Amino acid sequence: MVDEKNIFSRAEEFLQLFKKGADFTQELLKENERLRFKVVQLEEEKRLVSVSGAGSSGKLAAELNKRIQTLEQEMQKLLQRHREVEAENKDFANRYIEIEQENNNLANLYVASFQLHSTLDFKEVLQIIQEIIINLIGGEIFGVLLLDEKTNELTAVATEGVDKEEIPLIKIGVGIIGGVAKSGENYFIDEIKPFEKFNPLSPIVCIPLKIKEHVIGVIAIYKLLQQKPKFSELDYELFTLLAGHAATAIFSSKLYSESERKLSTIQGFINLLTK
Amino acid sequence: MAYRILIIDDSPTMRQLLVFALKRLNGVEVAEASDGVDGYKKLTSGKFDLIVADINMPVMDGLKLVSIIRGNPAYKDIPIVMVTTEGGKEDREKALSLGANAYITKPIQAPHVLSVVKELLKIT
Repeated sequence: MVDEKNIFSRAEEFLQLFKKGADFTQELLKENERLRFKVVQLEEEKRLVSVSGAGSSGKLAAELNKRIQTLEQEMQKLLQRHREVEAENKDFANRYIEIEQENNNLANLYVASFQLHSTLDFKEVLQIIQEIIINLIGGEIFGVLLLDEKTNELTAVATEGVDKEEIPLIKIGVGIIGGVAKSGENYFIDEIKPFEKFNPLSPIVCIPLKIKEHVIGVIAIYKLLQQKPKFSELDYELFTLLAGHAATAIFSSKLYSESERKLSTIQGFINLLTK
Repeated sequence: MAYRILIIDDSPTMRQLLVFALKRLNGVEVAEASDGVDGYKKLTSGKFDLIVADINMPVMDGLKLVSIIRGNPAYKDIPIVMVTTEGGKEDREKALSLGANAYITKPIQAPHVLSVVKELLKIT
């Protein structure tokens, strides 16, 4: 009997224990269900977040792309402007050099004409012409020849690099020098060759000294300084200036010398009469 | 700062050309002399920052002038620019060996003269 009671008691305990286990299992199943639901919820949230996140970044990327394109366009415009400004700068620099050169040429021409008309002394005028040819043109051997209208001959009145006597009398119309005196046109040799021997009849340049169309003489250049291989643009302007201003200066100084001489003679004559 | 430059050349035309060119530099005063002796007198009677001298001159030529200037300790550092018709290599070397600082041949180009002078006077 005792054994039966024990068995029933133990069975009851076991049953209680089993019930507890069943309840626990039910709770576990419920908890599991809840957690599975939670996981699904979270996964859905995650999906929604990822979907909404991709949309905004795509929009942002589109905006950024648009901005980059705008900036690139602006950069291209700036580069183009930079190129234009650089070209303008280059143009200005070239223009500056040209103006500087022109300024220099004008200063040289001013000094030359100022000097030519700074005196009425015939010898000084000739000296100034020589200085201009040496210092501004770079002539090494040259001569200034004046026309004697009575004999129609050209005579050297000033020379550099050679003696005056080495240049013979030249008839107007004869040879290069005589031809220039007759025509009144400048003569330039086609090509300046290395200087070998002085030939008074073969200048490399011959410029008439003219007052309007009236030729009073010529300047004949035979050789340039060794550092001066050819003529520059300024030289041609100087030749033109010399053709006019030098002629006027020579003519004025000659007239002045003659009038001074005549005045002196007349003064002497008057003095003689009034004594 | 004012710079004083002494131009020594027997040609009035050349002197005037140089005066014209050098006066384009701001603050430059120019004095002129017509030969080596006149130039040395003016140098000793005034204060100059640079000398521009010709070689072929009467009374005393430019090379003699350079050697005299360099022989005087008071002027050993003054820059000297030779401006001459002598374009030979030997002439140049001789002038430079005597103490000239620069050698320019005629016919001159004002911008070249100015750049040489500016460099020697350290004008920016």
